[in-house]
Amino acid sequence: MNTHPMKLKIDGVDVECSEGSTILTAAKTVGINIPTLCYLEGLTPYGGCRLCLVEVSGTNKLFPACATPVASGMEVTTQSPKLHEYRKMVLQTLLAERTHICSVCIANDHCELQTQTNQYGVDHVFYERNWSCNEIDSTHDFLVIDRNRCILCTRCVRACDEIEGVHTLDLKFHGKNTDVIMDQDELWSKACSCTSCRKCAKVCPVGAIYVEGENIEYTKDPQVIAFIVERRKCLK
Amino acid sequence: MPQMNPKKLRVATVWLSGCSGCHMSFLDQDEQLLELAKQITLVYSPLIDAKEFPPDVALTLIEGAVANEEQKEMLKTVRAKTITLVSLGDCAVTGNVVALRNRWPQSDQAIIDRAYNDPTNLHPQTPQQVPKLLSQVQPLHEIVKVDHYIPGCPPNAKLINYVLTELIAGRIPLREEHAKYG
Repeated sequence: MNTHPMKLKIDGVDVECSEGSTILTAAKTVGINIPTLCYLEGLTPYGGCRLCLVEVSGTNKLFPACATPVASGMEVTTQSPKLHEYRKMVLQTLLAERTHICSVCIANDHCELQTQTNQYGVDHVFYERNWSCNEIDSTHDFLVIDRNRCILCTRCVRACDEIEGVHTLDLKFHGKNTDVIMDQDELWSKACSCTSCRKCAKVCPVGAIYVEGENIEYTKDPQVIAFIVERRKCLK
Repeated sequence: MPQMNPKKLRVATVWLSGCSGCHMSFLDQDEQLLELAKQITLVYSPLIDAKEFPPDVALTLIEGAVANEEQKEMLKTVRAKTITLVSLGDCAVTGNVVALRNRWPQSDQAIIDRAYNDPTNLHPQTPQQVPKLLSQVQPLHEIVKVDHYIPGCPPNAKLINYVLTELIAGRIPLREEHAKYG
């Protein structure tokens, strides 16, 4: 990775980073915080939630900071009224997409979607809400998935595939019919590849996957992925 | 009818489909209610005895989602007679628990059947006098224009007090600092 150092500007701050870094990781090195939901350190960037969109000078297009590699001479803006409005819009579409009722959700007050919503001052959903009626699967011994709370960030899918290495979880269909499935769209109890490692529940940013009867504060531990990745590097 | 002080702001609160928890939270302002009472006159509310919604109301807080025809009409009346309308609590803002039935098609009939026509009832019957349920429960802003939102289930008493004090003083409450979604 120690090839040419890249020099760019993020919010007017000069940043130097190695080739192959993303805008998000480059911004982190100088303490600039870009909001994220689907991104998780240690997993392959997905760029699905669009919350980390940033402006790059010279183009009108917005770029997802988590999945855009840096280039020399880039001038990036991470905070602007336009981006603020877009991020508010993203959060509202996420809330409108499925049945997100905080007061009856296990992750109330421990939800990353809710935290971002509060941070951006979203106090109501402007769009007409789509009341989803997706399947809840509680057939596993202790893991439960309520697809109505899912924001399709695919953190669980990536953690299951890349870290646990079993790829039990995946997505089916596309567009508004997309859903998280186990094995060949089977009940969780019938998904024989599942090792019951709980990583999906640990990384879920909302209350979609959780451990039955366990305190959600205890279950949620998204940093565990970065920890495992770091420790595996030591083994090599 | 009590003597109206022209200097006091005419305020109303309305209770639609909700659990009254938001009104309880309103009462939880405790001693700050005394300060509030110096500045406002409560002209219509479940807390006082007023039969009809009066005209020329400066500020109305509405708790609860809109679940039936009667509430929809009520909301339109309130909007026409109020200058500033505030959605109080999650049911008014998002639909919340009341709107959980929206997931199922024909949920209005299913609810009537479950509550009144259930064969295990002593006298199963279809009610004639109750207002017709809407097919979908709606938050207030999907029907009328809402000026401010106080989210929370129930909303924090401090948040209610903050929004009220700011609005009474003629300022716009800052949502970013105080909002808590859900």
